[in-house]
Amino acid sequence: MLKVADVHVYRGRTHVLKGVSLEVGRGDIVALIGANGAGKTTLLRTLSGLLRPRQGAIRFQPRADGPEVDLTRLAAEDIVGLGISHCPEGRGVFARLSVRENLLIGAYRRRDRGGIEEDYRRVRAIFPILEERAGQAAGSLSGGEQEMLAIGRALMSRPALLILDEPSLGLGPMVVARLFDVLAEINRQGVTLLLVEQNAVAALNLARRGYVLETGRMVLAGPSAELLEDPNVRRAYLGGAA
Amino acid sequence: MNLRRPRWIWLALALGGVAAVGLAQAAWDDYLLSIVNFVGIYAILAVSLNLTNGFAGLFSLGHPGFMAIGGYVTAILTLPASRKAMFLALPGWLAGIELPFLPALLAGGAAATLTAFLLGLSVLRLSGHYLAVATMGFLIIVQVLIENWESVTRGPLGLNGLAALTDLWWVYGGLLAAVYVSWKVKFSSFGRSMLAMREDSLAAQCLGVNLFRTRVAALAIGAFFAGVAGGLWAHLVTAITPGTFSLIMAFNIVVMVVVGGTGSITGAVVAAVVFSAATEIFRPLEESFEAYGIAEILMALVLLVILIYRPSGLFGSREPAFLTAGPTHEPGNHPATAKGGQR
Amino acid sequence: MTADYIAQQIVNGLILGSMYALVAIGFSMIYGIVRLINFAHGDIVMIGAFVTLGLLQSLGAPLPVVAVGVLLSGAGMGIAVERAAFRPMRGAPQVTGFIASLAVSIMLQNLGILTLTAQPRNFAFPDYLQALIHVGAVGFRVIDVVIMLSAVLLMGLLLLLVHRTRLGMAMRATAENLDVARLMGIPINRTIRAAFAVGSGLAAIAGLMWGGKFGQIDPLLGYVPGLKSFVAAVIGGVGSIPGAILGGYVLGLAEVLFVGLLPPIYSAFRDAFVFAALILILLALPNGILGKAAEDRA
Repeated sequence: MLKVADVHVYRGRTHVLKGVSLEVGRGDIVALIGANGAGKTTLLRTLSGLLRPRQGAIRFQPRADGPEVDLTRLAAEDIVGLGISHCPEGRGVFARLSVRENLLIGAYRRRDRGGIEEDYRRVRAIFPILEERAGQAAGSLSGGEQEMLAIGRALMSRPALLILDEPSLGLGPMVVARLFDVLAEINRQGVTLLLVEQNAVAALNLARRGYVLETGRMVLAGPSAELLEDPNVRRAYLGGAA
Repeated sequence: MNLRRPRWIWLALALGGVAAVGLAQAAWDDYLLSIVNFVGIYAILAVSLNLTNGFAGLFSLGHPGFMAIGGYVTAILTLPASRKAMFLALPGWLAGIELPFLPALLAGGAAATLTAFLLGLSVLRLSGHYLAVATMGFLIIVQVLIENWESVTRGPLGLNGLAALTDLWWVYGGLLAAVYVSWKVKFSSFGRSMLAMREDSLAAQCLGVNLFRTRVAALAIGAFFAGVAGGLWAHLVTAITPGTFSLIMAFNIVVMVVVGGTGSITGAVVAAVVFSAATEIFRPLEESFEAYGIAEILMALVLLVILIYRPSGLFGSREPAFLTAGPTHEPGNHPATAKGGQR
Repeated sequence: MTADYIAQQIVNGLILGSMYALVAIGFSMIYGIVRLINFAHGDIVMIGAFVTLGLLQSLGAPLPVVAVGVLLSGAGMGIAVERAAFRPMRGAPQVTGFIASLAVSIMLQNLGILTLTAQPRNFAFPDYLQALIHVGAVGFRVIDVVIMLSAVLLMGLLLLLVHRTRLGMAMRATAENLDVARLMGIPINRTIRAAFAVGSGLAAIAGLMWGGKFGQIDPLLGYVPGLKSFVAAVIGGVGSIPGAILGGYVLGLAEVLFVGLLPPIYSAFRDAFVFAALILILLALPNGILGKAAEDRA
């Protein structure tokens, strides 16, 4: 569904992504792990059109029977229109807007009132706490609630591919576990997931395939079960050999 | 300065400069001399603003205010007591003073510096565009005070009939002093602190740079030369009126510094020469075509273009290589730092 | 210093405050969405005043038509300024944007002088607007009432736009976090343009009011209201629309009361007082009266 081929991205004069390739299959859950500063967020921002690669191609095929589109030449707002939704690092909820407004803004590109209403109901069913807090300013929610809001907001655009940047950041383990259960359910309902995480264990357990990014280069790729067993990965990201 | 050039080159340049000024002063007509004098004064203003804005990164629009203070103080001090009595109502000790040019200029500069300290203590806790607006507020406050404090400044009419004391020697001597001080500051550890502060104030603080004192110093030194420039201006035009010290003048000096390159002394001088000469040339054109304002529009356009396409200005933050006599003059490479730095 | 005199001053302050508030709103909208001070905002007021003059004199159009024309011309001018000076500066340091808008302001002023000459022109609204009304001992003209009422109406419409429409929501989101707004699919160029258009339209209407109230306009007229609207916005909390409204009225009242209550020799110092107050507020209360969660102030 998504094919990233040999992408080079520069921030100013720094060469952040050095020939990165990855693939996400339709309906898949793919995890991208790596240390701080590896370039994970840069890659996601490039996918969403906030950054442009100097070299390389990013091809996206929203529908199995439809055409492939080159994302590197599209504006961020159009990429959203194609069906990619990005849940940013640090949640990025609009603190001064209400919970309800945050969710509605996720559907900004859509014009089908009926569909939007339906999705609004669905999101509130998945995350009941949002129903409770609908009128509150988003900034008053707790970290876990904001993450749920961010994911719910991303779902409001009815994406084919949902990109999540470190959803577990700053959240306690129970909240993370529940969150990842929800993500699994979302995937079962047909949304493809690309998950970037520092919390490698949770990510690789949820995902079916994984990639490891180290200082701008993709160093490992494979089924997540294999990565979990890989001694290098264990040493670097999973807390040592067991 | 650590020179690789033999000393005699500087001596030759100095003698050449003196000869050139002497010849020009004797041979050129008044009109040409006045243009060259204006250009020189603008150069002093640009160099002094470059110190505040360019080195230290403090965006100050208040420079004409310092100019006004220096100019009025100088003028009041050089006016003969009889004329003072005619125009103004000064306290006794002031009404009787009549000073020669140099002490009056220095007093003007000092007054401007003192004001800069006071202003700095209040507003230099701000930064970025808030500082810019605060300095603009300062300018307006100075304008209002000058226009209304008639006993000291004669209000909107200003002071006229000042002695025409300014000539090429004073202006270019002043410019030389301003450039010398700027150069020394830039290539000293103090200058490096300023540059560090401009680039990344948090990092600079971590390195021990006292942000506040450095900023106040940058403002004060710049203000001194602006004050002197004001005194020179007053005695070139032989009059001083509040209208001169406007936001437009502040803008013009900013254009010179930005286009020349914020942080580059050479850039400031070059841009000042080009812009002020061009303005003087445009003036008769404006009058003959009744097209007032064209010069300002063009200056603003040039600034916009530079901001979009070459925001670091013509010279960036650097001086041309041939003037710095080798790598020892780049701020990062000064021998003093290699030895652990001295202050 | 009677109660009537003070009442009169308060009424005058409210009228002046209405105009400041309209200009300050536009200023805050622009600051909120691009985090840059639009120095040329005051000059849009000037343009509004001159467009009013032009439409009244050459077309003899009725006032509501003139008002619409002024709104549109202000909006158009705002869009032009955004394209010329702000879009290219996106991402550059704050001060660069500030100098750029200063340059645009100076260009506009000098273009005005070039084409219209610096001579002040007289303005004459239809006579029925100049009629005097008295409520008790307080006197004002019909036009003052019109100014206050239209200002309140416009502010109300604006708040509706910002809080109850899709566009308004997009503006608020973009103002809060531009990158995340892009991730929502919000077309930020269009949204920013809209903010400039609406804010500038309001400023232009303030120009119409200014001309009607003070009777005389010249190309440099925008300088002072522009600066003062900045002060008003800062007083209320820059970036906040309710703050701008509050700040506008506070400034209008403060200015009028300063002149009205202090001995006459101090009136000329009015502008110095306003800017000294600005410096104090920037130092002591940088988030203004409504003290929102601090924007990036560095």
